[in-house]
Amino acid sequence: MSKPVASDLAHLRQHIAKLDGSLHASGALPFGIDAIDRHLPGGGLALGAVHEIAGRDGGVVDAAAAALFAAGIAARTRGQVLWCVTQPDLFAPGLAQVGLTPDRVIYVEARDEKSVLACCEEGLRHGGVTAVVGEVAKLSMMVSRRLQLAAEAFGTLGLIVRRWKQEKGTADYGQPTAATTRWRISATPSAPLPVAGIGRARWHLELLRCKGGHSAEFDVEACDGKTCLALAAPLVHRPAQAPDAQLRTAS
Amino acid sequence: MHSCAPPPEAPLILKGTDGRRRVVVAVDRAARQAGLYPGMALTKAQALVAGLAIHDADPQADRDGLERLAQWALRTFSPLVAVDPPDGLVMDVTGAAHLKGGETALLDGLIQALAAQGIEARAALAGTWGAAHALARFSPGSSVITTPGEEDRRLPDLPIAALRLPADTVHSLNLLGFQSIGELAAQPRAPLVHRFGPDIARRLDQLFGRLNEPIDPVHLPDITEVTRVFAEPIGAPETLARYTGKLTAQICDRLDSKNLGATQLDLMFHRVDNRIEAVRIGMARPVRDAGRLTRLLCDQLETVDPGFGIERMRLVVTGAEPLALAQSSTLDTPGDTAGAGLSSLIDTLSNRIGAERIYRLYPAESDVPERCAHRRSPLEAEDARTDIWPRHWPRPVRLFARPEPITTLGLLPDYPPRAFTWRGARHQVIAADGPERIFGEWWKRDPEIHAVRDYFRVEIETGARYWLFRSGDGEDHRTGTRGWFLHGVFA
Repeated sequence: MSKPVASDLAHLRQHIAKLDGSLHASGALPFGIDAIDRHLPGGGLALGAVHEIAGRDGGVVDAAAAALFAAGIAARTRGQVLWCVTQPDLFAPGLAQVGLTPDRVIYVEARDEKSVLACCEEGLRHGGVTAVVGEVAKLSMMVSRRLQLAAEAFGTLGLIVRRWKQEKGTADYGQPTAATTRWRISATPSAPLPVAGIGRARWHLELLRCKGGHSAEFDVEACDGKTCLALAAPLVHRPAQAPDAQLRTAS
Repeated sequence: MHSCAPPPEAPLILKGTDGRRRVVVAVDRAARQAGLYPGMALTKAQALVAGLAIHDADPQADRDGLERLAQWALRTFSPLVAVDPPDGLVMDVTGAAHLKGGETALLDGLIQALAAQGIEARAALAGTWGAAHALARFSPGSSVITTPGEEDRRLPDLPIAALRLPADTVHSLNLLGFQSIGELAAQPRAPLVHRFGPDIARRLDQLFGRLNEPIDPVHLPDITEVTRVFAEPIGAPETLARYTGKLTAQICDRLDSKNLGATQLDLMFHRVDNRIEAVRIGMARPVRDAGRLTRLLCDQLETVDPGFGIERMRLVVTGAEPLALAQSSTLDTPGDTAGAGLSSLIDTLSNRIGAERIYRLYPAESDVPERCAHRRSPLEAEDARTDIWPRHWPRPVRLFARPEPITTLGLLPDYPPRAFTWRGARHQVIAADGPERIFGEWWKRDPEIHAVRDYFRVEIETGARYWLFRSGDGEDHRTGTRGWFLHGVFA
């Protein structure tokens, strides 16, 4: 039996990707951080796909970090963003500071989660917006599949910020959905400054699930005005163990 | 109002005739305060109040005015509006309330819009025409919305005059000792019918919804409409959708010939039992694209109850604006700036959840966080500056509509707290930044003349960051209570 040639493998991969649906047909949106982009198939967050983002501990209830993470990603799509919520407590100046300027966000204040998801699907299917963000607590397999198909068909980026009423709600986050990636974000203490004040916020990013990739964890510094994350200093300066040491194999 | 009109503070009445008597037909507020009321003899009114302005009542003009008002309401609020003489309008808001953001919002909007035209109105929303009529006129408060269970409780207490019966019948019933609808409804029917005719029973049945009462809607003059009559009543959802598409195509042809685009469409289904079911869609920009209009209409079809079948469908353009260019229906390119590409999405969402729930937040000229953004319709061009929000002061992602009070432990009065308790949990502050002082806007609200808030950004031991403020500058009592509040959450 002859050894497989690299080109055959590439061909086979393409063929499988085709069978898999147009997963990466719309391209990917790189984070601009090599350590993260390397772990994502396509070299970035797949466009034309749905991604789930949630917070941890206190962040489960306010989902502030999750929302800002979503805002940073949506801002990099360079188009109009549809943001569907049930509780109108987003602070527009805060979003503007990561690049989502007022002329780019359309807020949809739905009465319940069902209509949030319906509006998200409508937005994904329309094609006139480049990213759709929805804030919901529950996301069933069926609904997420619908969203995923809509996103694939029109190449729109779908971001679902999971936000529960109380911290206990997170058991739900273990349930499978059709989302392409699943992230969990928790705030970690920032590096102490030599003077009084607060340094740049730090996040612990967990890529819990990634279709066609491995799960991983990253320590990053939060979105800044240029909508980019940055690797946290200890990770950048880590000499011996490569960032790969943090990899866990996907189950 | 004409320049020769009497000053508003002078009492004004309208006179008319009742048989051979000359009576007061209507009184204004000043006249009512002077003790005059409709129905009293004119000579008596003249004797009671000196300097009374008296004009002839003109019932026909009243009727015409009511008709015009009904046509206005038809354009603005509901596809089915009828006059309820002498002083009322009746609307069927099923299938139309969603465009105004729900029933409460519709009723409030209606009363406000009428008030803006100088008309003092009372409104009620109930399951039947009779109940709404009675509640609007005889319940306290300017607007009432009832649920079916509540109607059964409230209606029996209303006076008999709420039943839409002739005045002399009401008078006779009162003489017999009947005061409320409940007392009358509890009586055996036969003697009442024997004495007063079938009217009382009919009105009672209409009030409680036992008898159908179709409304005869007003029509707008010179409107574009298409109608389709069916030989056999139709009812299946697919059939309705198919004919909706056909009617939409026809109406688009009509609009095309007039160079108009629809901004509001009403689709009415006349059922075999004389009821009319209606759906209304609104568009942010004029549209003449049959596919898009059909889709918007079909989204609403699920609210239509075909009953025993529909024998006539009518599609009416109740709002139209000039639209000269032919509209292409190709998919808009992604990344299109706000405009034509988004308007179809906005329309779909507006018809689903209400137009005022879809908005952009633009900067407002204010430093107070609660007021620094204002809502704008997503397609409205905003020429205000979009860069007045602070860039260097970090702003939270989430802002609570009401700052939540926290208890704090601080060492020094002007410094951020060392620890605070919020929602029952105690947090240790590791690092803090501030203060950023925000002054009250005395030019907007009087109590804010001295108000001051000192905002701090704090990080707790888990790394979570919050936006705290102290009310007041910490020295002067007039500037605030010195209480601490948590106002927002950073990421």
